[in-house]
Amino acid sequence: MTDKIFSKEEWLGGLEALRKTYGVFVPVKDGDFHTFMPFDKGNIPDFDYQNSRLSPKSVVYPQSERLFEYTLDKADSEADIVKESPKDYSPRAVVGIRPCDVQAFQIVKRNFDNPEYRDPWWVQHFESTTLVGLGCNEPCSTCFCTEVGGGPFNQEGLDVLIFDMGETYLLRGLTDKGEALLGKITGGSPADDQALKNAEDLAASASKKITSSIPTDKLKEKVTNDLFNAPFWEEIAFACLNCGTCTFLCPTCWCFDIQDEVLGKEGDRIRNWDSCMFPLFTLHGSGHNPRDNKFQRVRQRFMHKLKYYVDKYDNGVQCSGCGRCVRYCPVNIDIREVCNLMNNY
Amino acid sequence: MENPYLPYPVRIDKIITETEDRNLKTFRFVFLNPEDEEKFAYTPGQFAELSIAGKGEIPIGIASSPTEKGFVTFTVNKTGLVTTYLHNMNEGDVMGIRGPLGNWYPWDEMEGKNVIIVGGGFAFTTLRSSIISMIDPANRSKFKDITVVYGARTPGMLLYKDELAEWEQRDDINMHITVDGTDDPDWKYNTGFVPTITEEKITSADNAIAIVCGPPIMIKFTQPVLEKLGFPPERIILSLEMRMKCGIGICGRCNIGDQYVCKDGPVFSLAQLKEMPSEY
Ligand SMILES: Cc1cc2nc3c(=O)[nH]c(=O)nc-3n(C[C@H](O)[C@H](O)[C@H](O)COP(=O)(O)OP(=O)(O)OC[C@H]3O[C@@H](n4cnc5c(N)ncnc54)[C@H](O)[C@@H]3O)c2cc1C
Ligand code: SF4
Ligand code: SF4
Ligand code: FES
Repeated sequence: MTDKIFSKEEWLGGLEALRKTYGVFVPVKDGDFHTFMPFDKGNIPDFDYQNSRLSPKSVVYPQSERLFEYTLDKADSEADIVKESPKDYSPRAVVGIRPCDVQAFQIVKRNFDNPEYRDPWWVQHFESTTLVGLGCNEPCSTCFCTEVGGGPFNQEGLDVLIFDMGETYLLRGLTDKGEALLGKITGGSPADDQALKNAEDLAASASKKITSSIPTDKLKEKVTNDLFNAPFWEEIAFACLNCGTCTFLCPTCWCFDIQDEVLGKEGDRIRNWDSCMFPLFTLHGSGHNPRDNKFQRVRQRFMHKLKYYVDKYDNGVQCSGCGRCVRYCPVNIDIREVCNLMNNY
Repeated sequence: MENPYLPYPVRIDKIITETEDRNLKTFRFVFLNPEDEEKFAYTPGQFAELSIAGKGEIPIGIASSPTEKGFVTFTVNKTGLVTTYLHNMNEGDVMGIRGPLGNWYPWDEMEGKNVIIVGGGFAFTTLRSSIISMIDPANRSKFKDITVVYGARTPGMLLYKDELAEWEQRDDINMHITVDGTDDPDWKYNTGFVPTITEEKITSADNAIAIVCGPPIMIKFTQPVLEKLGFPPERIILSLEMRMKCGIGICGRCNIGDQYVCKDGPVFSLAQLKEMPSEY
């Protein structure tokens, strides 16, 4: 573990240099919001931000991704045979990602990289990515990372952690991948004891700013069918528009659809993010739909995150407390309130 | 890196129209690369994704038995986009198969027991696989009595008619074929709904395990019949359907509670289902 201090100019210069080795993704101001984009001439990083509106999950798991390709041209001896699309797994770095979004990768990894099956695209994109996290000095009012096993300076899953010390950045290499990235940046000076202490103080004071209290301790012991049949689902779901904003923005939502698309005689098999909020998600060819009603779909979202996931992996909830779904739900449906209801039921 | 989404290329070797409404066809596939057949080693009860370039993939139960070598078969009901396209394909056409997927009937538990098979409509596919496998000389001695209740709306809607007739002739399997109704004066078998015939023909749950596959309505009315006979929920086995995509428990589509029907199922005991949300 190395701790190094960089002036902010030095660090920006260093990032420029990193682009020789890595595809660098940074938060870029995009209208009223921030979005993770490739660092190039048009996209200037802006680290003075709270969090991106869209989670950076798309760096590892694109919203739309070509998986396979094929030709339908019968003149071709390989017609109709589905082949893997070539992929670029050259190194990438996501710089400025928040610790909650890094924790989200750990949460979804249990799904995409499990003992029985490894999703080749997710795993290889993930393994080629270095996560350079930026601690949150000022968490938002909707954040609750500390309640779900994280924290504004949580180091779990990060390769490098950045402390914004005002005039300078303190960079901490946490893994071999992280040290390798730091090794490519010239300048900086070793952090002295005072700087380390300041960094720890900064982290401690940030944690204290998160005031939400959302206990999850009883979720595991609840009986699934008791929660499933609880009387509160209709009421929780009442105002929901099934717009899908919550699942779309969520860094821990991973559901996808697979579709074939054809142009002329060439075709692709692609996967697209999907959402359990849409009735089509579970519609059978016969017309039967196990989640025909809105409340069933809303229940599925919360039960998945706060009960099924908890039972399946015994490793916390499927939520990193980023607060996006709370901030952007047009009708103010709040996972913190639902979690309280479930935990206390 | 191994890719569990990549189908094995296959050629359609034979197409058989099964039913009078022509809505059910059996497709026999041969692997383009013979070594893929070994990799596709399966157990009755499993399913596969049939993959058609340009159209998509559909989960379909494997209708052939592992004792049948050189090909795999599936029986497909014409429903929507992919199944309709498949129905219009021809012998010799190339497509893909991905699998085998999911779990299987509890073969270890079934050994030494009387096996009751209750099937309705076109859900008889993996039951055919099971029967063929059980009556194979290498396997028959592992099971005690094998009794089959299989029903369809009309005689013309029964699947695998030649094989049904053949099984009727055997003395190591008790067949009870039924139809909801028929105006055929020569109809040799039963008339009546599957649950009713099950109640008539099955007399004991002693040392028996029941496998039930069929439309939801049939399952709903067969369940109490079996429970009345004394089958505990652990010995009533069902195979479920959910809309699916990945087939390997990753895309998040087919869950019932914390179980993915594609990976943890499609086969569940009634005892398991009673613990799971009734959302299927
Ligand atoms: C484990 C399992 C075994 C099955 N075995 C058989 C069988 O042996 N014979 C048979 O005829 N049918 C079987 N089905 C049902 C069959 O998968 C659907 O009828 C088929 O997917 C409909 O596809 P479509 O494109 O024609 O319909 P569309 O309605 O156009 O469906 C579009 C897509 O949605 C998905 N989908 C739609 N309905 C279902 C469904 N009921 N189950 C799963 N995915 C669905 C598929 O990806 C499909 O391509 C099985 C389903 C499951 C889950
Ligand atoms: S964002 Fe809010 S309204 Fe939209 S689907 Fe999610 S819970 Fe419903
Ligand atoms: S459920 Fe809401 S708070 Fe939790 S990770 Fe997803 S978007 Fe963030
Ligand atoms: S079909 Fe993807 S999880 Fe079951």
